[in-house]
Amino acid sequence: MSEPISRRDFMKATVYFVGGLVSAAIGLPSIVYLLDPALRSEAGEAWVPIGKLTDMPEIGKPYPFSFTRVRINGWERTASTHGGFVIRRSEDPNDLLLLNSRCTHLACTVNWKEEEGIFACPCHDAGFDKEGRVTHGPPPRPLDRYENFRITEDGVLEILYKEG
Amino acid sequence: MWKRFFDWLDERLGFNGMYKALLDRPEPRGNWWNTLGSASLVLFLLQGITGIFLTMYYTPSPDHAYDSITYIMNDVAFGWLVRGVHHWGATLMVLVVFIHMLRVFVSASFKYPRELTWIIGVGLLLATLGMGFTGYLLPWNQRSYWATVVGTQIAGTAPLVGEFILRALRGGTDLSALTLQRFFAIHIWVLPAVMTALIGAHLYLIIRHGESHWPKQND
Ligand code: HEM
Ligand code: FES
Repeated sequence: MSEPISRRDFMKATVYFVGGLVSAAIGLPSIVYLLDPALRSEAGEAWVPIGKLTDMPEIGKPYPFSFTRVRINGWERTASTHGGFVIRRSEDPNDLLLLNSRCTHLACTVNWKEEEGIFACPCHDAGFDKEGRVTHGPPPRPLDRYENFRITEDGVLEILYKEG
Repeated sequence: MWKRFFDWLDERLGFNGMYKALLDRPEPRGNWWNTLGSASLVLFLLQGITGIFLTMYYTPSPDHAYDSITYIMNDVAFGWLVRGVHHWGATLMVLVVFIHMLRVFVSASFKYPRELTWIIGVGLLLATLGMGFTGYLLPWNQRSYWATVVGTQIAGTAPLVGEFILRALRGGTDLSALTLQRFFAIHIWVLPAVMTALIGAHLYLIIRHGESHWPKQND
């Protein structure tokens, strides 16, 4: 026959067990409460018009564009600005390169420098060539591209913007 | 294994002796009314924790205070629970502290050598009420706004200094962003700091003098 459990040990075990349950019941919701904004998925996408193709006639010239997205964060509407460059590679209206102007190092905005023929990042002195490849500086990879774009019937260039 | 670890710690920290002195004290025959001070303490800590949690989302500005509270209630996971506990805990705490004071009065525990414990207790009661008064404004809704208009107006009726008290409370002649900001600062910084100090002194005196006995017929 096994040892009968003593009253003291039974009380101890019960207190630990109930204490554990109570801690979990309070602790888990607390953590979820604190991390709530990080646990939300912010997926969403939209077609954003960025300009008429007829306004970008020259082949090989980077045309800058920018657009603003508004999102509700908590109790406030937050506007964030995005931008990039459209480069026509040939007469074919669909032969476009759309570069994101967000530097792939630490997210500063790059500018087109006509004289040097590069996109320069002012933050840590980086450069990207017309294809977005890194020419010098710390960025780990080429400029991002907007891969999904379309030209509407009235000749407006639109890009697919993905949130999150 | 654990025992050796704790012995090692205790040899350096000496918490065991502290534990015996602080928590293993002799008590007069158990009496439920004597638990109300500890209940006040638990409520104070609970208000502290839920309050810190609320500041994770609450913002004390007239433009956003109400919206941020609505956000806590409707959008944040368990936000309704955290705010609910803080809201009802506040009311309960005033009640419990008050009954604690009544029992100290009825059992005549405020007499020698516990006069200071009582006086510090009075400070704690006032601070608790102050927490209620300043916290009530924070949601910045109609009810809290007008309650504070009235409350500060009442303070303003004091002779001579009333006008000045009113302006000091409101941070000007009107109820404004300045009022909300200073009520917030008082609610989360000033009064909790004051109460922590007072509770420390209160508890020190209680441990020093021990719990009083309920008076007997020939006392
Ligand atoms: C935040 C508010 C308060 C807290 C956290 C608090 C905490 C405590 C605790 C833990 C005890 C020992 C247990 C007990 O006797 O119930 C105690 C005792 C005492 N309290 Fe308070 N208290 C508070 C408010 C007050 C008030 C408003 C008064 C009176 C004006 C007061 C006067 C006393 C006295 C005189 C004792 C000693 C009682 C005795 O030795 O029998 N306290 N308090
Ligand atoms: S952010 Fe562009 S180089 Fe560092």
